[in-house]
This record gives sequence, structure tokens and C-alpha cells, in this order.
Amino acid sequence: MTTLRGPVRWLIGVPAAAAVLLFALPLFGILLRMPWSRLGEQLMSPAVHDAMRLSLLSSCSALALAVALGLPLAIWLASGRSALRTVARIIVMLPIVLPPVVGGIALLLAFGRAGIVGSWLDSTFGVTLPFSTAGATLAATYIGMPFFVLAVEAGLRAFDRRYLAAAATLGAGPVRRFVTVTLPMIRPSLQAGALLCWARALGEFCATQTFAGNLQGSTRTLPLACGVAMESDPELAIVLSLILSSVSIVVLFLLRQRWLAPR
Amino acid sequence: MNTLPPGPGAFALLALSVLCACDAGASRRPLRVFAAASLAAPFTALEQAFEASHPGLDVQCNFAGSPQLVLQIEQGAAADVFAAADVVNMAKVQASGNAVGEPRRFARNRLAIVVAAGNPRAIQGLGDLARDGCKVALCGPEVPAGRYARQALAKAKVAVRSLSDEPNVHALVTKVRLGELDAGIVFQTDCTATGIAAVAIAAEHQVVADYPITTLTAAAAVEAAAFVDFVLSPSGQQVLAAHGFQAP
Amino acid sequence: MNLELDVHLRRASLQLDVQLTVAAGDTVAIVGRHGAGKSSLLAAIAGLLPLERGRVALGAQVFDAGPAAPFVLPEARRAGVMFQDLLLFPHRSALDNVAFGPRVRGVGREQALALANEWLVRVGVGDRAQALPSALSGGQAQRVALARALANEPQLLLLDEPLSAVDASARLALRRDLRAHLDAFAGPRLLVTHDAVDAFALADRIAVLEAGRIVQAGPVAEICSRPRSRYVADLVGLNFLRGECAAGRLRVEGGGELVVSQAPDGAVLATVHPRAIALYRSRPDGTPRNVWSAEIVALEAAGDRVRVRLGGALPLVAEVTPLAIAELQLGVGGTVWVALKATEIAVFPA
Repeated sequence: MTTLRGPVRWLIGVPAAAAVLLFALPLFGILLRMPWSRLGEQLMSPAVHDAMRLSLLSSCSALALAVALGLPLAIWLASGRSALRTVARIIVMLPIVLPPVVGGIALLLAFGRAGIVGSWLDSTFGVTLPFSTAGATLAATYIGMPFFVLAVEAGLRAFDRRYLAAAATLGAGPVRRFVTVTLPMIRPSLQAGALLCWARALGEFCATQTFAGNLQGSTRTLPLACGVAMESDPELAIVLSLILSSVSIVVLFLLRQRWLAPR
Repeated sequence: MNTLPPGPGAFALLALSVLCACDAGASRRPLRVFAAASLAAPFTALEQAFEASHPGLDVQCNFAGSPQLVLQIEQGAAADVFAAADVVNMAKVQASGNAVGEPRRFARNRLAIVVAAGNPRAIQGLGDLARDGCKVALCGPEVPAGRYARQALAKAKVAVRSLSDEPNVHALVTKVRLGELDAGIVFQTDCTATGIAAVAIAAEHQVVADYPITTLTAAAAVEAAAFVDFVLSPSGQQVLAAHGFQAP
Repeated sequence: MNLELDVHLRRASLQLDVQLTVAAGDTVAIVGRHGAGKSSLLAAIAGLLPLERGRVALGAQVFDAGPAAPFVLPEARRAGVMFQDLLLFPHRSALDNVAFGPRVRGVGREQALALANEWLVRVGVGDRAQALPSALSGGQAQRVALARALANEPQLLLLDEPLSAVDASARLALRRDLRAHLDAFAGPRLLVTHDAVDAFALADRIAVLEAGRIVQAGPVAEICSRPRSRYVADLVGLNFLRGECAAGRLRVEGGGELVVSQAPDGAVLATVHPRAIALYRSRPDGTPRNVWSAEIVALEAAGDRVRVRLGGALPLVAEVTPLAIAELQLGVGGTVWVALKATEIAVFPA
């Protein structure tokens, strides 16, 4: 740990403080402009309730999907090195770097009514994903799951497989080894991945709007409601911003052991 | 070979160059025009024509949904002229004291039903939108096109369930184009601009959208007024007509 | 039930070819340098590395007989393994680590915990049952790892460098306890070490592994006193003495007495490096407290050195260069003066 002294202190301190302000002031802005007197009333409005219910439903379903599909994927990705894995990893990680609107368009082209899979779903089962809560969930999964896969794969790669050998000599078969040794030992990665996935799914805006549409009660999640409110009821937008910011702060607080604690 | 790490001087230079870049073309004074998204095509043409006759001015157009522009103006954006897609949003700017004088109406627009390629549902008018299995979406009620569409449907006494309240006409048109929707209600000019198939709405159900324009209190008054005059002039009106707008 | 090994496998640059039998109730130490293939051999026995050909069998159970034959998975071999890095599960307490094996075998939770606790007490860390491995000292962790291996009722014991993670002070006590637990275990015992003293203290027989092959195998005393190559001499060619220590004097089993320094009283083991023994034509002057004359029983070449086997009450081996042999005019049957500093005798409790 170095202690800053003399002029260096100011050379470092001033820009550092400016950087903190860059992030602190917007948060402060939300708190300052908050219509506190109308907060309760706004929170109880059906529009906010619908958005919260939808956000909770779609983000939790997205997390469940991410675990159900992403855990096996992470296990496969971490189980070796091959060109196929590299290609698969790049494809899976794409939504992290892609502008979400592109993700939304891509989802439409694949799962839309006229899309590759979507047209088949429509003609065979009469299922259409766009403009449905399932569609919003799919968009949230598309955006959130890569974070889960990334974190879990990293955890699995860092995991010392010799512990599995130790468990095997103690009589544990592959399933037992995975459940009683691997999973508990990569728990920090699982937790971080799940939190990030859920938080990103919760905050998802553009892919949802593009792919699933924007209708109160079926696809208008908190961020979408916030976007709509920005153009009709700025006060409500500020309330919704506060809700989303609070959730994010809680998530980061839970993640602090992993990324925010000084090493 | 050793390369020196960039010192504070390099950053100062970088900062300076960024500032200069912002000032490029400083010989012309900027005139900031905030215009509704549906005006993007004609106003881009108007910008060029106006600059040709006013070499000292650099018209900068900011296109967005009318409510968004209202919000930006209320939050203190440095705008000289505001052209809205409806009187409701213009009224908000007037109410907040940002408009100079009475707004002037410079164009009118009509609604049209935009349909998917080949019109698979064989939609002929507003009444067909309520048919079972016909997937329809509108713009949100806060968006001018969305509010007008609801007024037209009310006139025609047609109950349509909108699958999604789209944030602007472009998002709506795109979804119809991709085949996700069978139909949507947008401005006639949006169909003209994109070349997408459109079905006319019967005259008795039509809602006429008035486009008001005003100079703003923050504006350089003379130049802003000159631009508004130009929009209302015969040559300005000609440009608007070429893009499917009707005279006020 | 004897453990019969005929192991042939390739790992990176190492070709392992080992034939060895470990009898039930016998402790064999595999001694060799780092990279000689010791750990790979243990892995092959535990089922963590398949054979390319050969056979690993415990009594009538054939664990592995090459790719063509059925392979018994590690979880079905019931081998108690103590890994070099111990590999205690970091997320489980000492107690839960030891209870893991019994739980996997289907013992009820309460019963498994009771059993685990019993084992922890038996290996001397009953008071650390609730501690996580990260909170254990090196010696405590070794003991927990031993308890974990033993609590699973194994058919054979495989210990990889069982004293490596322990500091010198804990080492003596742990070595003694380990010997007791090994003796109490009925099946074949195989341990891997690079330390000749550990091998001598813990094992009945030694097999020296060099580059994947056993270069010499036999009873501990024989290997230590008659290393057949320079490699073995360097590795295990020490003089080992057993005896009683009292007031700085070591009475060696079979007669003879040596002055020692800083030695505990009671039953002890002592080692003397052959190169620490000085030979003279005439009685030397100076500081050595232990000086005696002895007959030369044998001269054996071991690489570029000659091992001089001495007779009498202290049958030690000295190691000198061929040049010294010529200068001292040493020959079998001749007599020589032997000097040994007290500080060159390493003494530890037996």
C-alpha cells in the first residue's frame, strides 16, 4: 500500500475525485429531483406494479434459464480446448459487446414470427414469442446469460481438478463429485455469475423493446416503463430510476467480496 | 526502442485538439433546429436549401420523438427552433415559457395503415384491424402518431388491441416490415419515405395532424425567425409537399 | 492380499515401467527424485491413470490390466490415498472432510460424523474438528488427511510424500505417529518419499525409482548399506543407527558408543552421512570426539566414489574418492583410523 505525498497527491487526487463525481452526481441528481412526497403514490400505481412484476418475472426466469442451459454450457466450454469451443464461446459472449438493439433485431430474425425458428414455432405450435412475456424473458436471457456462462467457465477453469481425484479415491462417483465438490468449490463464481446475469436481465431495455415490444402488463418491464415515463411523466421516470439504481447498488454490494474488496 | 509514456502534456494536447474539433467550421454560426422524427426527410432537404441562401449559418437538426424533444428543451437544451408533430407537445413548450409568441402551423399529415409485404391479411380499412388473429401495434399514446391513431380508431368505432406501444413510428414500421406485425397505424409520410405498402384510411375516419413550429426564447431571434419564415415560404412548402406533407 | 504391480505407462517425457509386489502388512517406500515417476505410480494404483499395459491387482481383484481389460474406477478401488498436497476439501471442516468417505459409502450422517470424530481423535487432532483446512497447521492438515484416508476403511494405503508439508519440529512427532498408524493397518502400504530418513523410519522395504524404473529394491537396511549405484547411494546411502541415548552418549544397538550433540534421551534413530566419516592412516589429533580404529571389510565402487565398509562394533560405511584410496593405501583386511564429529551425527527420537 503506497501513501501519496506532496504534489503527487494533488495530481492523483483531483482527477480521481472528478472521476468519482462523474458517477456520484447522476445518482445525486436522481435523489435531488425525487418527488419524495409523491413517492408512495407513484410506487403504488398499476403501471409501476405491472412493470415491477414483469421485471421480476422475466429476470428471474432468465436466471433460471441461464442456470439450466448455461451451467452445462460452461462445463462443456471449460472441459477442454478446441476450435469448436472457441467459436461457441465467441458466439455466446457476443451479447456482452453487441449493442442490445442489434441483439433485439437478431432475436427477431431468429425467433420472430417470420424468423428461422420462430416461423416453425408459429406454424407448428401456434407460438409467437414477440409481444409476449416469454419474448421479454428470452431477450433478458439473451443479454444476461453470457455473464453467467463467462463467470462459471472461469470458475471451472480455475478449479483444481485434483480435488475430484481425491473425492474419487474416497468412493465418490462423477455426479456426487460434481455436486459435493465442484459446485461448492466454484460457489463464488456461481454467485457472481448469477447476480450479474440477473442484474443485466433486469436492466435490459433495448433488446426487449426491439424483440418483445413495449406493452404494459405483458412486456413493459421497469426499464421500458422508465423510458416511456421519460416522455410522458418525468417524475415517474425518476422514481423508476431510483428503483433500478437501488437494485443495482444492492447487487454490487453483494458482489463486493469478489470485485470491490481491496486485495 | 524505448517509447516515452504519454505525459500530462500529451493529455493537454489531446484535450485541446478535442476542443478545436468541436469548433471546426466556426466561421458559420450554428442554428439548432429541434424537429419531430417524422420530419427528418423534408427538414434535411430544408436545411440544405436554407444554408445555400444563408451562407453565414450552419443549420443543425436534432430529430427525435416530439415528447423527447420537449423534455430536452425543458431541461435547457440550446435550441433555436422547435417543430413538433402535434399541438399537444407544442403546448408543453409554450406552458414552460420556452416558446416565443404563437406557434405557426406549417404542414399537415394524414394517417395510413402500414401493412406487411403483400398485405397477407387483406386489410382494406380500419375495420379489418379488429379481426381475430390480426396482429396490430400502435405507437404509444404519448407519441403523436399513437394518439392520432387512437383518435381515428375511436372515430371508426373499432376496438383494436395494440400488441405493443412502440416508442416511435420507425420502430413500428420496422416490425411490420419484418413480418412480426400484420399492420400498424402511422403517418402517410412515413410510408412515402420508406416505400412500404400502405392502405388509406377512409376520409371520415381520418385525423389530420397539424405540425406547429416556433422560435425559442434561447434563440438568436433574427436567424431563427428567418428559418421559420423559410419553412412557411413557397419554396419551403414545395419541399414539404415533395415528401408527402399537405399545406396547413 | 498382496498388491501386485506391473505398471507400464507413458506420461509426458516419462516412461514408467515398474514391477513390484507389496505384501499385506508390509510398508514399501518408493524413493526417488522429483520427476522419477513416484506420483504417477501411485496414481496408476489409485485408478487415476490408466495403464498402457501390465496389471494392477489386489489379491484376486484385478483393477487394471491394460486397455483391453475391464478398468476398475478409482471410486471402486477403496484405496486410502494421502495426496502430496493433501487436497483437503477447502469448503468442508476437518470433521466433514473425514466424514466424506463414510457418507459416500452410505453411512448415516450422525454415524459418519461420530466415526470421523473418532478418527480425528485417534490421529491427534480431535480438538480441530470444526476447523476449515485453511485454519490448520501443516502438521494438523497432514493428520486430517491421514484420518480421511483411514476413515474410509481402505483395502490399501497410498501415501504421497506424507511428511512434506510439515516443519521440522512437527515432523518428528508426526513421523512416529504415522509409523504407528501404518503398523496398525492390515493391508499393503505404499509410500512415496524423496527423503531417505522418512523411508528408513517408516518403511520395511525400499524400492528406488529412477527415471521410471526401479533400480534397486529390498529391505531398508540392505538398500541403505549396500546401494548398488551412485544414484541410490546419493539418495539413500546413509548410515542408519538405532540405539539409546543418554547424557550425550549414544549406545548403538549391537554394541558401540558414540558421543553426540543436542540429542534427546531415550530410544533414537541416528544418521551419519558416509562423506562425514574421515579415514586416517594414523590416529588423528584435533577435535573429533569419536575416534576409533576399524578393519576394512569391503571396498565398493559407487559411481565416481568408493564406499569403504568398516567392521567392528560400529559397522559404518565411509565414502571417499578413488584418489584417497590410493593415498591412504587402503585395502580389504587392512586397519584404518576412523574419526567422526559429534555434530555430524543427526539424532532423532525413534
